[in-house]
This record gives sequence, structure tokens and C-alpha cells, in this order.
Amino acid sequence: MPSDIMTDLFRLDEDWTVEQREVIAQVRRYVDDAVLPCIGAHHNDETFPEEIIAGLRELSIFESIADQSLAPTTYGLVNRELERGSSTLRSIVSVQGALVMGAIQQFGSDEQRSEWLPRLGRLEAWGCFALTEPNFGSNPAGMETRAEVTPGGYRISGAKSWITNGVRADLAVVWAKLDDTVRGFLVETDRPGFSASAIKGKWSFRSSETAQLFLDDVEVPASALLPGATSLSSALKCLAGARYTIAWGAVGAARACLEETIAYLKERPQFNNQPLASHQLIQYKLAWMATEIVGMELIARRLGELRAQGPLDPAQIALAKMNNCRKALEVARTCRELLGANGIHNEYHIGRRMLDLETVLTYEGTEHIHALTIGAALTGIKAFG
Amino acid sequence: MKIVVLIKRVPDTASVFQINDAQDGIDTSRLKFVMGPYDEHAVQEAVNLKVAKDGEIVVVTLGGPDAKDKLLTALAMGADRAVLITGDGVDSLGHRGIAEALAAIVREESADIVFAGKQAVDDDGSQIPERIAEILGWSHASVITRFSLDGATATVDREIEGGQLTLEVPLPAIFTTEKGINKPAYPKLPNIMKAKKKPMDETSLESLRLSATDLCNKVSIGQMSLPRQERLTRILEGDNNTQVAELVRILKEDEKAL
Ligand SMILES: Cc1cc2nc3c(=O)[nH]c(=O)nc-3n(C[C@H](O)[C@H](O)[C@H](O)COP(=O)(O)OP(=O)(O)OC[C@H]3O[C@@H](n4cnc5c(N)ncnc54)[C@H](O)[C@@H]3O)c2cc1C
Repeated sequence: MPSDIMTDLFRLDEDWTVEQREVIAQVRRYVDDAVLPCIGAHHNDETFPEEIIAGLRELSIFESIADQSLAPTTYGLVNRELERGSSTLRSIVSVQGALVMGAIQQFGSDEQRSEWLPRLGRLEAWGCFALTEPNFGSNPAGMETRAEVTPGGYRISGAKSWITNGVRADLAVVWAKLDDTVRGFLVETDRPGFSASAIKGKWSFRSSETAQLFLDDVEVPASALLPGATSLSSALKCLAGARYTIAWGAVGAARACLEETIAYLKERPQFNNQPLASHQLIQYKLAWMATEIVGMELIARRLGELRAQGPLDPAQIALAKMNNCRKALEVARTCRELLGANGIHNEYHIGRRMLDLETVLTYEGTEHIHALTIGAALTGIKAFG
Repeated sequence: MKIVVLIKRVPDTASVFQINDAQDGIDTSRLKFVMGPYDEHAVQEAVNLKVAKDGEIVVVTLGGPDAKDKLLTALAMGADRAVLITGDGVDSLGHRGIAEALAAIVREESADIVFAGKQAVDDDGSQIPERIAEILGWSHASVITRFSLDGATATVDREIEGGQLTLEVPLPAIFTTEKGINKPAYPKLPNIMKAKKKPMDETSLESLRLSATDLCNKVSIGQMSLPRQERLTRILEGDNNTQVAELVRILKEDEKAL
């Protein structure tokens, strides 16, 4: 990708196969043509970017998840390129793909798979993943949502919070305690007693829909239970898949910030009519960021290799998610600063990326929780939960 | 029905162009290459035709090994098979030679229809498909914005200054596509993965029984330079009404923007 020659000092993009290069090129083209021109306005207006969904459908990203036709690293690259557009776009893919389809793929019955995966894959149905609750975020084991057995199946009651795509979802993967064990349920959102309301007023993820869900004695048939999801660890396995996409996505967000910043700094003269890019302190920051980005990408790649070999260890995912989200946010904040006043204006993408990365740092396990997971692996001592 | 699509690997026009040190060509080392944007419409039109009427799509290009990437794009978009004309002599062909080589493939494939972009966006020669029609003695319609097929006759629209022509063209024939004809779809990611399993054949001028020496370009580039950048700033004078009237005139007549 010669457009990146300047920032791809380690020639990371030269390793890819022909197919991977084509995947990168096509997703990048979609992001350039369909996403970047409109996503800033959606951020401003706090609206969902409906017009970019057609392109996702055309690329058949979710079908490739359903039929698992992309190897882990290639799938990672798709996420890297999507988040070059917006963290909220990558999030659509992580939620619908890794969390919802992932839950059904890993823990669903054959009937559940054949009923839902094709529709979710073609984006004819939207899904959401409802784990977090108003009172339980980092510690989902404490959840208050309950399911009880009824003659026809189950009755579910409780509230869920911060649920991406919760308002538009046709299907919610709801995690609830059945006799004190966390189980997963496929709940159609048009069932009586189910309601969703949008959470407005976010500083971050404004072009993503986030909802509160209320389940007021929602009756579901026995076939709604995900038979393979037998404990909270099943939900965590879904999160592992989503964290994989985040570790890769963060690389795309950081690269996009750095590229936009370098272009800006080369154009803007300051002091003796010299471009900002020519100043030593500025080059120091650019060098530092470029180095961090190489590190992030190498971590994501290694994670891809490990995933191709077999299931990932939680500490491996935690390390990649923690590092890449923190570094991406630091890069975005530094870039924001280097653009001066323009860095806070919506004429540039950096401010939006920076704000969105605050969510990326927090959701799917905060930095602290990942650090504790790594700490437990290093010391054998679990310091939480 | 056999449909042949001709495509070309060209620099992305959004790239920053630099002249090489010898000043006789473009420094390609920093360029991003894409399938010609008009060629994408040609591939899409072939795919649409295949969906409607069935048939086989063979995508063809001439060039170095790098051109394979763009054939892969066409295969991912829905072409069935690819042919790359490559090897000795290919780089030195002039327009006539390129047309002869591509015509040889079209003949070999016994194509019924050939689609190509109305122009590649590199040297803008805009003559290869027309030359091929000439070599084969086929009908052709250039710069088409609509295509439909009934039996062995195609009906196509062509935009012309201030109007539109509707042409009926008997097959076999060559058509070059203009932007409005369709909206090329992004290839499905699973199809990109499958594309490499589709056949991609390589052939050479020699196996097409063409002589590189006879067909090599007799015209050489003397010198290449970037356009001189001139400041086009104009300051309008007079009262507001005069300035507005002049601005409208400039936009209409000089810039043809209105
Ligand atoms: C835009 C957005 C979209 C989201 N989408 C979804 C979704 O689709 N589905 C879903 O289920 N959830 C979703 N979430 C929720 C998200 O996963 C939670 O916000 C996250 O897990 C943190 O939980 P919390 O907000 O309750 O923070 P808390 O758990 O209250 O944590 C607050 C702070 O305390 C720290 N902390 C907590 N416990 C410890 C400890 N033991 N040691 C040290 N520090 C600790 C945390 O790291 C954090 O910094 C989303 C969140 C956002 C912002």
C-alpha cells in the first residue's frame, strides 16, 4: 500500500498475501467512499449511519463470519481497516459478528444456528449482546437479571445497560441467572415485556446506538436457551472474540490519526514559515507514535497467529486489548494536540477518533480488568472477582 | 454465451505523481495501482449480464505479474476465468500491438461480447477496444450508458452532447462502458478468498504467434514533465452586481461548472 510508505517504516504491509491485500484494498475503499464522508456528521448529530450499512452488506463481512471463510489474521485486517473509518463501525461488526453470531455459533443448537446465522449474516436481522447491567459492569458475575423455568420455557426479568444496537436489534442475546448460574438466552425483541430505550447524551460513540433494555417478565420458549452456554465463562468467550477485533481495530484508528496528522503538519507553516513537521519536538512525537503503532500491529499479528493455532488464552487477549486500546488513545490524544485548535474541530477526524477511543478503552473489559487478568496469569494470584 | 472483459492496471488518480530521474516516465515506486475505474463498470456489466442470461466471463489483461492482483479483483467481482498476456516484449508494445494481442485472445476465446472501460486513466489513449473491433471486423459502440440484450442484438445508449443515441448492435461486438451504466459492487470478502481457486492462465506474445519486434512501439517518449503550476486566482472588480454577473459568466463559460 504505497500510500502508507511514509508511515509503514517496518514494511508491515508487504507481508500480506494477494487475497489479504485485496481484502484490505476493498474495505479501505468502502471506508474512503462511504464512511469517512458522512461519519463526522453522524457523530455531530448523534445519529446512526444508516447509509453505510449497504456497503457492509455488499462486502458480505458477516457472511464471511458465518461461513468462517476468513483466517484470523485476515479477519483482523478487516477490523483494522474498518476502524480506520470509525470505532463505531468496527463496533457494529464486533457486536453483530463476534458477540451475537459468535454466541450462536459456539453455544447454539443446530436449530438456533440455522434459524439465525443466515439472517444475521445477511444483516436481515440485527442482534445485540446484553451482559452489562446498571449495577454490574466490570463484575458481571453479580448480575441481577433472572430467568425462571415456566411450563412453556422461561420467564426473564431484569435490566441491561449500555447495550450497543439495543434499539434496532431483532434479537437480543440476554445473559441471566437461572438458579444462580449465568445462562444465555436468545430473546426476540418483539416479545411482550421487552423494551429498549436509547441512551442519549454520550460524548463518545455518538454515531453508535447504545440502549438500556428492560425485561419485564418476558416469556420465552424452552428453545430460547443457548444449550452450550453453561456459565458466565461462555459470555466471556464471546467477549474474547470481540476483544480480538478491538485489538486489531485500535491499530487502524491509531494509523489513521498519525497519517492525518503528518499530512496536516507538512502543510501548516509556523515560525519562520517552516512547516510544523520540520520542528524537532514535533518529529520526536511522530517518531514515538510510529514506533508504538508498529508495536501494536505486531501484537495484533501475533495474536492472529496464536488464534490460528487454537483457542486464545485470556491473558493473551487481555494483553493485546489493554495495550492496543491504551496506545491508540495516547496516539489520538497526541495527534489532537499536534493539530492545535484544529484538533478539536470536526473538520478533522482526530477529535472524533479520540473521543470514540475512550469507549474502546472501557468496553469489553476496562484496562484495569485486563491488567488484573494479566496479573493473575503472571503471579498465579487472582486479585479480583 | 462467452463474455470477455478487458481490464487494465492503472495508477490511482488520487496518487501524487512524480517524474522519474531520466525524465521519460513516471516514477511508479510510490504509486498505488487499481483496476481502471471504467473497467470496473465493464466487469460489473458482464456480471449483470451473466446473472440475467447466463454465460461465462473471461477477464483479460496484458502486463507484468503485478497485473494479476487486478485480475483477482475481477474474479472476486464475479468473472469465471482470467487470462494474463505477459512475458517478453509485452512492455514495449504500442497501441497497435496491445490491440493485436488482446484481439488474439478474443478470437481464441470465440467471444460473443467484449466489454472494456471507455478509457484507461493512465495515458488516456482511448483506442484499444476500437482497434480490436477493427482487427476483428466486429461492430462496436463506445462510451455506453445502458446495455440490454435480446437474442443476438444488443441495444445500447450513448450520451452525446445535448442528447442521447440509442444503437442496435448485432453480436459479436465490443462495448466500452461509461460511468453511469451501473454501480460496481464491492466484491464479497468470501469471494475474494475463493477467487484464487478460479483458473488464471498466462500466455505470451509468442504463444499467440505475434512478433514483439513487429509490434513494438515505434513512438518513444522524448521528455515528460509535470504541468507548470500557475496561480489561477482572478480578482473580480466593479460593484456587487457586476462582480456576480462576471462570476456567473466565468463559472458557466470558462469553467463550465454551471
Ligand atoms: C458505548 C458503549 C457501548 C457498550 N456496549 C455494550 C454492549 O453491547 N453489551 C454489554 O454488555 N456492555 C456494553 N458496554 C458496557 C461496558 O462493557 C462496560 O461499561 C464496562 O464493562 C465497564 O463497566 P462499568 O461501566 O459498569 O464500569 P465499572 O465496572 O463501574 O468500573 C468503573 C471503573 O472502575 C474500575 N474497576 C472496576 N473494578 C475494578 C477492580 N476490581 N480493580 C480495579 N479497578 C476496577 C474500572 O476499570 C473502571 O475504570 C458498553 C459501554 C459503552 C460505553
